[in-house]
Amino acid sequence: MDKIRESLLKKSIASKIERRGKIISLICLALIVGVVFLIFYFVASRGLATFFQNHVNLWQFLSGTQWNPGTTGTNGQPAVGALPMIVGSFLITILSALIATPFAIGTAVFMTEISPRRGAKILRPVTELLVGIPSVVYGFIGLQVVVPFVRHTFGGSGYGILSGTFVLFVMILPTVTSMSADALNAVPRYYREASLALGATRWQTIYKVVLRAAIPGMLTAIVFGMARAFGEALAVQMVIGNATLLPQNLVSPASTLTSILTMGIGNTVMGSLQNNALWSLAMILLLMSLVFNLAIRYIGRKGKLSNER
Amino acid sequence: MNAKRIDKIATGVLYGVAALVVIILVALLGFILIEGVPQISWHFLTSPALAFEAGGGIGIQLFNSFYLLFLALLISLPISLGAGIYLNEYAPQNTVTGLIRTTIEILSSLPSVVVGLFGYLFFVVQFKLGFSIISGAFALTVFNLPILTRSIEEALANISDNQREAGYALGLSRWETVTKIVVPAALPSIITGVVLSAGRIFGEAAALIYTAGQSAPALNFSDWNPFDISSPLSPMRPAETLAVHIWKINSEGIMPDAKDVSAGASAVLIIAVLLFNFLARWLGKRLYKHLTAE
Repeated sequence: MDKIRESLLKKSIASKIERRGKIISLICLALIVGVVFLIFYFVASRGLATFFQNHVNLWQFLSGTQWNPGTTGTNGQPAVGALPMIVGSFLITILSALIATPFAIGTAVFMTEISPRRGAKILRPVTELLVGIPSVVYGFIGLQVVVPFVRHTFGGSGYGILSGTFVLFVMILPTVTSMSADALNAVPRYYREASLALGATRWQTIYKVVLRAAIPGMLTAIVFGMARAFGEALAVQMVIGNATLLPQNLVSPASTLTSILTMGIGNTVMGSLQNNALWSLAMILLLMSLVFNLAIRYIGRKGKLSNER
Repeated sequence: MNAKRIDKIATGVLYGVAALVVIILVALLGFILIEGVPQISWHFLTSPALAFEAGGGIGIQLFNSFYLLFLALLISLPISLGAGIYLNEYAPQNTVTGLIRTTIEILSSLPSVVVGLFGYLFFVVQFKLGFSIISGAFALTVFNLPILTRSIEEALANISDNQREAGYALGLSRWETVTKIVVPAALPSIITGVVLSAGRIFGEAAALIYTAGQSAPALNFSDWNPFDISSPLSPMRPAETLAVHIWKINSEGIMPDAKDVSAGASAVLIIAVLLFNFLARWLGKRLYKHLTAE
């Protein structure tokens, strides 16, 4: 075979490099996807052991109110009732989102509609900065400021759902605000112009036109904030009191899924019922974060459809 | 009531809400800085922590935080760069790619405590790495990968196709075009993304409690052999970071000056995050100027 023929038939160096590069980058991507599946596999394999190995009834796990794994409850079954933590987590998430939403949307409207210059100059940098503040710092402030404040104003020890709600409110406020502002900014300018041209006041334009057009984006912002609040561990753990009791009122010590997880996982033996029960809590956390994710996607798709129509 | 008056009232209310939020946020920053900055001194930043008496510092924790940050970026940057390149340059637009994007989104929305628990189960227990810097670095990598991949992908997507076509026209392969033309052109925004994610890693605690551990053994700062267990560079030693330290001393409460130490440490964390933010913007702009000769 002559040289020219050979060089034409063989793969060039460039195409070899091309192949190698493509494979390397594909491996990187596969690695990330693999990690996600590993996380789900590992957490599920531990979390499901409570039900399959230790034969705890799923319904009793979700609705029981006694949490003391290792001892048997009043009904002769292991006392692994996760209801106090589930209620704590949901209560704190919903309450903090309820308080944060009006503030966040009000501020976002101010930033985009009323005073865009001040919004861009002061509010936006400040909120974006606060998104990056570590959660332990929020927890520390909660411990120093919020807990004593709640204790003096509402009585009790100060630790409880209310303190947790306040801490999470401040924590998700910057996130929800800056995402809502993005949603409002994405509303086309001619919507506002059309409304103003019809003789509507600025508030009528905001309330009847801009806010409605931005509903999907703002809902996404709120669900995003809720997901963050639901998964937050340390800041909540520091101020909630960590008592595995159904919360009687907003100022009695309570607990969340994340707070019990951070407290307990180091003190239990791998493979024991105490340990498996904690992994079941982690599994609930994982499933809820999936639910939030699906909700965000659903809202996004709905929003797109209604805008295109 | 007529529309004009309602408009005035609503505007006033919105002013009030915005002012309130600004007050809350500024009070937050002010509280940390006013409480914390007076605690910061050279002694505080360099001496080791004391468990039962007042006057300890955060020296080892500070070093651990930076070392973990460095290792986590060292592992996660090449992986996310590769994944970002594949997603933006090679991946076909089909259902599989869509599923992969969804998976990455799910990973980025997982609570950090779940990532920490996975790290504990996988790296600490399964691979028997123990509570160590390397376990912590892997956990932080898992935490960081989706965010970094996304920002790199966006950075690459912002490079105009003219650049790629120019590469192909010169006879370069796709891979050569990406590594020699597209990635360098996207470098300013890639660097910005990396530094911003560094700020997030620096303050992360929940993912580290059960991976890098909650103790900071004394280090011998004259021994730089990574294989000695007391060396600062040893990847197998347990390493409590600054953020974990704040959590630990506040939830245990045996340190008499826990409040002062955590106020100082919080201020250091905030200032570090601030610096990362400014650095990200400055570096991005600077590099852009340098590369484009504008």
